[in-house]
Amino acid sequence: MLGAVERGNFGMDAITAFFAGQSPAVLWGLGVVLGVLTLAVAVTAILPALKPAGDFTNLRQRISSWWVMIALLAGALLIGWQAVTALFLVVSFIALREFLSLAPVRREDRLIVLAAFVAMLINYLFIVIDDYGLYRVFIPTYVFLIIPFLMACIGQTRAFLATTATFHWAIVTCVYNLGYIAFLMRTPASEALPAGAAGLVFFLLVATEANDVAQYIWGKLFGRRKIVPKVSPNKTWEGFLGGWLTTGLLIWFVGPVFTPLSGIGLAVLAIFLPVAGFAGDVTMSAIKRDIGVKDTSALIPGHGGLLDRADSLTFTAPLYFHILAYFALGHF
Amino acid sequence: MRLFRRLVLVLIARPIARIFTGADIVGRERLPLKGPAILVANHASHVDTILMLTLYPSRGLDWVRPAAAADYFLRGGLISWLSNTIIGIVPVARDKAGAGVDVLAPVREALKAGDIILIFPEGTRGDGEAMSDFKSGVARLAADVPEAPVIPVWLQGAGRVLPKGGVVPVPMNCTVLVGEPLHWQGDKTTFMTELRQRMEELHAKAPPQRWA
Repeated sequence: MLGAVERGNFGMDAITAFFAGQSPAVLWGLGVVLGVLTLAVAVTAILPALKPAGDFTNLRQRISSWWVMIALLAGALLIGWQAVTALFLVVSFIALREFLSLAPVRREDRLIVLAAFVAMLINYLFIVIDDYGLYRVFIPTYVFLIIPFLMACIGQTRAFLATTATFHWAIVTCVYNLGYIAFLMRTPASEALPAGAAGLVFFLLVATEANDVAQYIWGKLFGRRKIVPKVSPNKTWEGFLGGWLTTGLLIWFVGPVFTPLSGIGLAVLAIFLPVAGFAGDVTMSAIKRDIGVKDTSALIPGHGGLLDRADSLTFTAPLYFHILAYFALGHF
Repeated sequence: MRLFRRLVLVLIARPIARIFTGADIVGRERLPLKGPAILVANHASHVDTILMLTLYPSRGLDWVRPAAAADYFLRGGLISWLSNTIIGIVPVARDKAGAGVDVLAPVREALKAGDIILIFPEGTRGDGEAMSDFKSGVARLAADVPEAPVIPVWLQGAGRVLPKGGVVPVPMNCTVLVGEPLHWQGDKTTFMTELRQRMEELHAKAPPQRWA
């Protein structure tokens, strides 16, 4: 029989072994993220003293929500591909539900909405069985064809074409594109990865969110010339270019720590990922403006809906995956 | 039994309702935590009741009871058991209305005992778009128990999750909007007009979670 002390040691050993099995770069990276977040909390504690008139409720809510989001992502990354796949299945589900609840969908399409969720499950099944060949064609080709056919069978032809486009856009962005993040976790250990598959996902998330934040800060500090006034009146050239430069440099200098990219591949990522993040943000904003809402739901306090947070990712995830697959990964 | 109901609603029904509806709520702090109080909501789906019960702050939940048609919900079997034990309905004998029977008596008793009564004044489920005319029972209750505030609640989107006649529930985001409380001022027409207007105002503020 084990004594209490020995059992305690066994628990500690298990924890030590769990962390010893992780990539040091990912652990350090998570440490830096938590450090930045702690710094942000410290700043919000000081701000009211510097600017007594200001209302920092939203900022505080945002940061509190970040703790939750980062805890979920970090936990999943450390546990492994199964947890990341499960987490992004939930992310895709919520994003798709938010999208199809607001987008113009007709009464007759109620069961087509259900079909979209079924397509989502099948899409994630291909990640579970690690079959990229099927993943790649299932939604862009076959769901693309089957959904309009099912709609035709139901027989409501009013706004038919526009509705097929609504479904396709929703499924590709919320399911197919976000699914790439989980699929990155299936990169085998045999590939030459500096920080494992978790490092790949970690760096995508960091680069995308850093780009959002950098654009915001550059825009706040130096923003003067509006870039897409009809869609996002707060976005400026200064914010876009400053964010581009900041994220580009981050990718160029930190990218090799987490990804196998170097040279041209790394340069391509550094140039295009910040643009993709900006494009995702602006494109989703145009859709929200069309629908007439500011936020896609109230799920994440301070941020809005899940899709408000993941808009950039729906564009950066496939690009990041394809650049890695083209320049470095043999598995895909 | 009260604890059993609360456990089922909080631990089982609440997560399921969140998955199917997202369950966004605006003005949750305006929901009363003790009775007597009357919650007035539009009605498009059985999901309406589930949504209200699962969104309700746990502290007030024990007192929330939906007024529901006895002819539909107390037909016996599992439906009756669920209606009585989990949903906690106050039965209204809709079919006996107009035959000289005071069908609202059980509701009035519940209010006087300090319950929070959820009422769908349309009397039945609609198509989830426009509200049909309100039955005047809600005004009679407000008149009989004037100390009970009347809280207008707009339920957006539940009719899409499970419409009248639907069998398969489909996940769609819903939003609950809770308005400012109303009090009985002595006149039925004024009360009904004011109530309807408050409901329409909440409807106008709801996100476009509706069919195109």
